[in-house]
Amino acid sequence: MSTNYEDRDMGFGFEREYERAGGPMAGRGSRRMQRRKTCRFCIDKVDLIDWKEIKILQSYVPERGKILPRRISGVCATHQRMLAEAIKRARNIAFLPYAAD
Amino acid sequence: MAEKRIYEVIFIIDPAADEEEVMRLTESLQKIVSGQGGNITKTEVMGRRQLAYEIKHKREGSYVLLEIEGSGQEIAELERRMRVNDRILRYMTVRVDEDRRRAEKFKDRRARKAARRGSGRKSAEVKPEAEKFEEGYAA
Repeated sequence: MSTNYEDRDMGFGFEREYERAGGPMAGRGSRRMQRRKTCRFCIDKVDLIDWKEIKILQSYVPERGKILPRRISGVCATHQRMLAEAIKRARNIAFLPYAAD
Repeated sequence: MAEKRIYEVIFIIDPAADEEEVMRLTESLQKIVSGQGGNITKTEVMGRRQLAYEIKHKREGSYVLLEIEGSGQEIAELERRMRVNDRILRYMTVRVDEDRRRAEKFKDRRARKAARRGSGRKSAEVKPEAEKFEEGYAA
């Protein structure tokens, strides 16, 4: 799969994380610097991810319009499920794209 | 069905409709709901917004959100009306009471856990395995 997650524009520093963890030379030569990814929703103690909060959802939808996998974003399984549901609802009502271009 | 259900209904109105028409349409839909015995708890006119993709060759639309409490019958009627109205580009109904109850449950669980951690350090020593497991789940 050739999804390019570096193309997105977000303020969470996920891109840097991804390059470090998944770059071709990661782990060789200089030691891999890995910051532990944490679920933002757990930190903020979110119980319900609302499909109307587009700002939040957008940060988990890279430019292509796909849902950001949790191996990149570090979101926990529980919250990823809620997030996916919310994004799908937001798509239905044209808050978010199904696919960009 | 004795229990009340809570729904969020959102719909997109044609951008050609002016504010007055949006209000008129919203009111007429509200009347349908109350006529069917539904209870409108919230009305939010979210205003004009860019659509993420084209719907009926429109790139914009006025969003209106209703929160309805009822049995589900008024939703059926409401959706029927919206389907035939060509001013409404799209609508979506989400049942929210179950999700909210679930969120409430999470909140309770967290509160209980916090209370336990605050008061009973000893209980953590008695059964560290169980504690660890739950913490791992939360984190």
